[in-house]
Amino acid sequence: MLISDTQVVKVGIAQMAIAISPNSIRTSGLGSCVGVVIYDESKKMAGLVHVMLPESKLGRGDSINEAKFADTGIPAMVNQLKQKGAQLYKLKAKIAGGAQMFQFASNSDSMRIGPRNVEAVKQQLKSLSIPIVSEDVGGSSGRTIEFDTTTSILHIRTVNQGVKEI
Amino acid sequence: MPFYNRITSLHLDVLKEIGNIGAAHAATALSGLLNTKIDMRVPKVQMVSFDEMMEFAGGAESVVAGIYLRIEGDAKGGMFFILPVEQANHFIRKLTHDDLFDFKKENVSELGLSAMQELGNILSGSYLSALSDFTGLKIYPTPPALAVDMFGAIISFGLVEVSQIGDHVIVIDTTIYEEHMGDLETVRGHFFLLPDPDSFETIFKALGVS
Repeated sequence: MLISDTQVVKVGIAQMAIAISPNSIRTSGLGSCVGVVIYDESKKMAGLVHVMLPESKLGRGDSINEAKFADTGIPAMVNQLKQKGAQLYKLKAKIAGGAQMFQFASNSDSMRIGPRNVEAVKQQLKSLSIPIVSEDVGGSSGRTIEFDTTTSILHIRTVNQGVKEI
Repeated sequence: MPFYNRITSLHLDVLKEIGNIGAAHAATALSGLLNTKIDMRVPKVQMVSFDEMMEFAGGAESVVAGIYLRIEGDAKGGMFFILPVEQANHFIRKLTHDDLFDFKKENVSELGLSAMQELGNILSGSYLSALSDFTGLKIYPTPPALAVDMFGAIISFGLVEVSQIGDHVIVIDTTIYEEHMGDLETVRGHFFLLPDPDSFETIFKALGVS
């Protein structure tokens, strides 16, 4: 086995974190959730938000977990990246997830949560003028994603289609 | 929501009993279908974070066959029947007498898929009818849907309702397994009952606990 100093920063569901080269950042088992990677190539720095719901106004609880929602998680991540020295105009994004895991006869709003998450993420990135370089969204497969901060490649693993890079 | 803060060990015992009665009926049904002895463990009732929930059933990336349905009526919630994919293969091979059946192959046979769907129908149906009899609540399932994929991708769908209210979920987890296989994670089936936060009051009231 090769010995290396690189670490994988793991991001749980409805959480977010930042990784800096040579480390990579990863989140597992994305279904209807969307993994949003926002990165600054020149700083070799990337943040990952594991978005679970489109809008914070859906939240009925007392306290808000920013990372859970597209409309709060993405701006919060951009702020954190900025504090770590990323330059706003250099930020780019890669996104994956938003699948519809189950096919139902009825098509109620909560059943369509995957596509709604993708829409909300795109809207949020657009309003912050962050370009989406590549994406792998929709479909009906779960995804595990890992972003390499050194190469800016996003590796996506599914159960049936192996690993692809975007 | 404030109810979560007032939950006592008596409440947890009541929820355990729900898991017990529901899964016992389902295990009996499964045992009859497969003509094999099915054992179950004492249900676990836990309040966990979403991240902890992802670590159930072998972890977020373990490949499972999952049946999901919504519970509607007096009490609402989500229900999952989760089988490790190898164990699902084993059950379906037994049911369809097709020894080559494999969920992990590209073109899964329609017969096997509908057998899995039907297995899910029968098991979740017997779980829920036992629950309905026990509580006296009118509850009915939406048609179950099947997915074979990573556990995390499947279970997170059932967290959508709860996630609008908080970052924790109360899960009633009952494990079943074939007696001769022993109780290993690789062969365990799980029933997960995830009542919507608003429905706990209804359930407890129906059982005379408040």
